[in-house]
Amino acid sequence: MTTVEAAPTRVLGTRMLRREDPALLTGEAKYTDDLVIPGALHLAVLRSPYAHARIVSVDVSGALGQPGVVAAYSGADLRDLWAAPMPCAWPVTDDMKNPAHFPVAIDKATYAGDAVAVVLASSRDAALDALQAIDVDYEALPAVTDLEDALSDRVVIHDEIGTNKSYTWDLKLGEDAVEAAMQSAAYVVKERYIQQRLVPMAMEPRAVAAVPQPFGGDMTLYSATQIPHILKVMVALTLGIPEHQMRVVAPAVGGGFGSKLNVYAEELLCVALARKHGLPVRWVETRTENAQATIQGRGQIQDIELAADENGKLLAVRVRLLADMGAYLQLVTPGIPLLGAFLYAGVYDLPVAYDFSCTSVFTTMTPTDAYRGAGRPEATYAIERAMDALATKMGIDPYELRKRNYIAKEQFPYTAMTGLVYDSGDHLAAAEKATAIAGYEALRAEQARRRAAGSTKHLGIGISSYFEMCGLAPSRVLASLNYGAGGWEAATVRVLPTNKVQVVTGASPHGQGHETSWSMIVAEKLGVAPEDVDVLHSDTAISPLGLDTYGSRSLAVGGIAIDKALDKVLDKARAIAAHQLECAEEDLEFEVGTFRVKGSPDKELPLAAIAFAAFTAHNLPDGMEPNLEAHTTYDPPNFSWPFGTHVCVVEVDEETGAVDVLQYVAVDDCGNQVNPLIVEGQVHGGVIQGLAQALFEEAVYDTDGNLRTSTMAEYLVPAASDVPPVTTDSTITPSPTNPLGVKGIGEAGTIGSAPAVINAIVDALSHLGVTDILMPASPQRVWETISAAKGA
Amino acid sequence: MRISVTVNGTVHESEVEPRLLLVHYVREHLGLTGTNIGCDTSSCGACTLHVDGESVKSCTLLAVQADGSNITTIEGLAQGGELHPMQEAFRQHHGLQCGFCTPGMVMAAIGLLNENPNPTEDDVRIGLEGNLCRCTGYHNIVKAVLACAEEGATV
Repeated sequence: MTTVEAAPTRVLGTRMLRREDPALLTGEAKYTDDLVIPGALHLAVLRSPYAHARIVSVDVSGALGQPGVVAAYSGADLRDLWAAPMPCAWPVTDDMKNPAHFPVAIDKATYAGDAVAVVLASSRDAALDALQAIDVDYEALPAVTDLEDALSDRVVIHDEIGTNKSYTWDLKLGEDAVEAAMQSAAYVVKERYIQQRLVPMAMEPRAVAAVPQPFGGDMTLYSATQIPHILKVMVALTLGIPEHQMRVVAPAVGGGFGSKLNVYAEELLCVALARKHGLPVRWVETRTENAQATIQGRGQIQDIELAADENGKLLAVRVRLLADMGAYLQLVTPGIPLLGAFLYAGVYDLPVAYDFSCTSVFTTMTPTDAYRGAGRPEATYAIERAMDALATKMGIDPYELRKRNYIAKEQFPYTAMTGLVYDSGDHLAAAEKATAIAGYEALRAEQARRRAAGSTKHLGIGISSYFEMCGLAPSRVLASLNYGAGGWEAATVRVLPTNKVQVVTGASPHGQGHETSWSMIVAEKLGVAPEDVDVLHSDTAISPLGLDTYGSRSLAVGGIAIDKALDKVLDKARAIAAHQLECAEEDLEFEVGTFRVKGSPDKELPLAAIAFAAFTAHNLPDGMEPNLEAHTTYDPPNFSWPFGTHVCVVEVDEETGAVDVLQYVAVDDCGNQVNPLIVEGQVHGGVIQGLAQALFEEAVYDTDGNLRTSTMAEYLVPAASDVPPVTTDSTITPSPTNPLGVKGIGEAGTIGSAPAVINAIVDALSHLGVTDILMPASPQRVWETISAAKGA
Repeated sequence: MRISVTVNGTVHESEVEPRLLLVHYVREHLGLTGTNIGCDTSSCGACTLHVDGESVKSCTLLAVQADGSNITTIEGLAQGGELHPMQEAFRQHHGLQCGFCTPGMVMAAIGLLNENPNPTEDDVRIGLEGNLCRCTGYHNIVKAVLACAEEGATV
C-alpha cells in the first residue's frame, strides 16, 4: 500500500509558480510550426492586392512548372472540395445577410488579402516563389472603407445579397421612458465615439498542419487555435468529413486574444488538400498575412446619449451602433457588438429606460471578429467616456458623478433593466481603493496648481469603472441570442492506481496557465500535491468534449466543471472508504487526502489506498464499477461578473502633444483568486492591450482599401519602453453562483483601460476646451486636437 | 555554400543556400525550434539569439554571415538540468505567459545585462524595446530582469 506523504493544506490562493514555464523558457515547447512532419507539402496562398475586384481569370499554369511545385489551384478549381461555405455560428437575427464565403475566392475578391489561388510545393520557399508565376486578371472595383458610405449602398459589395447591411439588432427597454428623459431631463449628453479597427497581433502567427491517414481514413489537424473542439465540428461539417474521423490538436499556442477563435480558410485548405493529395499539408502565415487575413477587432461608430436628473442620477441610455463586419462574417463576427449590448449602462443603476440598436455593414476590409473583450471594451469605453462628458456638462468631478450612480453593494444580486442578474459586486469599494492608491485628491490639487501656474505640462486623471459580462455562458441565454452552440464545459478527473491524478479539460489554454491553476484546484480538494496532477487538454482524441477558451470562461466554467468532477470522485471514494472501514458514509470526514471516522481518529483510509482499491476492485461495495474517475459537463447558471475601477494619470505636453502615463492603477475584483500571480499577469497584459488601443494601435486603411499598417514596423504594438508599470490590487467579492466563488479575469484589464487613458488625456486638456480625442491619441493627434480647441 | 558554426557548443558543418536566414538555419537545419519567428520586418525580436556573445535578431543575418561564429540559442542556456538565472528569474516573476516571445526576450535580456550589469528600470525598458510581447504588458519581464541583475547573474 502507498503511504500518504505530507500534503498541502492550502493551495488555492497561493502564488504558485507556473508548471508551464520550464518548457516555454527552454525552447522545449512545440508550437505548430515547430512540429516535424515528414513528407509534408507546403501551402502558400496568393492574395488579392485589391480590396474589391472581379476575378476575370486565374491562370496557375505558370506555377506548375516551377521547381518543387506539386499543384496549384484557383478558387474555382477547389469549389467542389467544400461541402458548405465557411461557417458563421452566430446568425444574430433571422434575416441576417450572410454572403457565401469560401476559403479561396471564386468570382470576386472583397478585401486586400482575400485568397485567390494556392500552391502546394515541397518546401515553403518553393511554394512562395511559385506564387509569382500565377497570373490573375482582375477588374478593379471601388473600395468601401467608410461605414456610413457602406450603409448607403453606393457600392454593393456582395451582389447576391444586394445590400451592404447585414443586420439590425435591437434591445429596446422602456423606449417611451427613454424618449421622455431625452426630452426633459436636467442634463442630456450626446456623444459619438469611434472604435478604430485593431490587429490582434498574437506573437505566434497562425500555423496549420493537416496529417491524413489515406488508408485508415482519419485526419489529424494541428493548428495554432484557441478552439480545437469547435474547430473539429466545423471542419467536419464544412468538408463533409465524418466527425469521428477528425482529430484536432492545438499544440503550444502563442497567444490568441480572440484572433485564434475562428475557423480559417487555411485550416480548411490544409485539410482538404491533404485529403486530396494523401499527404500532409502545412502552412504558416507571414506577419503581413496575419494583419490582412487573420481577423481584426473593434471597428464601430458609437452614438451614445445619456439623460440624467439635476443630481446627475442616470435616467436613460440610448445607443446607436454602426458595426464594421468587414468583407465576410467569420465564426462569431455578427455577435461581437451584441456581447456589449447589455453593458452600455456600465456599473450604474438605471431604471428601465435603455434603447440599444446595432446595425452592421459589410466593407471591403479584413473581416472583424472577437478581439480581447469583444464588444465589452467598446461598450465600457462609450459609457465611461460619456460619464466624463456628463460630469463636465454638470461641472462636477467625474468620480463624484460615478459615486452617485454606482449600483450599491446592498442592491446585489441586482436585476438589471436588461433582465440579466448581476450576481455580486461592490463598485464603490473597488473605486475607493483605486482612487486611494492613486492619491486622487492630491492629484486634483496638483492639477489645479499646475493650471494656476500656467504650466504647459498638463496633468490629467482618468477613471474607468467596468463590469465584465463573461464566463460564456449559460447555454439557454446563448440560445436566446441565436448563438449556434452551448456554453458548457467538460471535465474528467481520474485518480490513477498510484494516486497520481489526471485531469482532462475542455478548455484550451494559449498562455493563461490552466495547467497550473487546474492542478491547484485538484490538489486543494483531493489533498494531493499539485505536481502529482497532470492536466490534459487541447487534443480532441484525449479531451473529446469541450468548448475551449475565450470570453474569460475557462476558470468560471471549465474550472467549475473540474470542481464538480472532483465532488463525484470524492463521493465514490467515500463509498469505498465507508465499505472498507465498515462505517456509514456520513460518519466519515475527509481532510487533506484522508478519510477518517468521526470520533475514531485511528480508523482512517488515505485516498491513495482507496485509489489502489478501486483499481484492484478486490473489495468494493456490491455493484460498484472499478476505478476512481468521474466526468462532468457543467453549464453555468449565470455569466460571471468581474468588475473594478482603473485610474490613469497622464502628463500631456501641450507643445508636443506627447502623452506620458505617470501612473496606472488597476483594482479588479474577480472573486476568489486561484492564483494571484496569474491574475496579476492577466491584468498587466490586458491593461497594456487596452492602453495600446488608446495610444498606439490602429489598422489604417487608405481609401483604396489597402491596409497601410500590415507589418509590425507600421502597426505599433507597444514595446516595454512605450508603456508604464501597472499597479494592481484587488477587492474580493466571491461569486455566489459557483462553488469556488470565482469570476473570469482574462479580459478585464483590456475592458477597463482604454477609457481610463482617454479620460485622463481629455481631463488634462479640458481647461483648454478639449472635449474628446480620437484613438489612438498619438502625439500628432493630441497636438492637433489642442490646436483645434485653442482656435475654436 | 559551406559553413561551419558552433551552436550551443557543437560544431556544425552545413551546406546552405546563400539566401538562407540564420533563423531558418537554426530552426530547420539544426532542429532548434526554440528560436521563434514572429514577424518579417525584424521588429518583434522573437528570433533573438547570441552570436559571439552578442544578442542578435537572427532574421537579420544570413546563415553564411554566421560562418565561423559561436552561437548560443535558448536551448543552450540551461545547464545540467538547471535553468539559467535569467530563465529562473522569468519563472519566479511570471515574466511569460504564452511563451512565444520568451526565448528571444530571455536572450535579449541576457545581452542587456552583459552590456549593463546594473540597469535602472528605464534602462531595461529601453534595452528591450526591440523585443515585443503581447501577453505580459512587460511589467513582470522588467521585474524579472531587474531581479536577475540584482543577483549579479551573467551568461
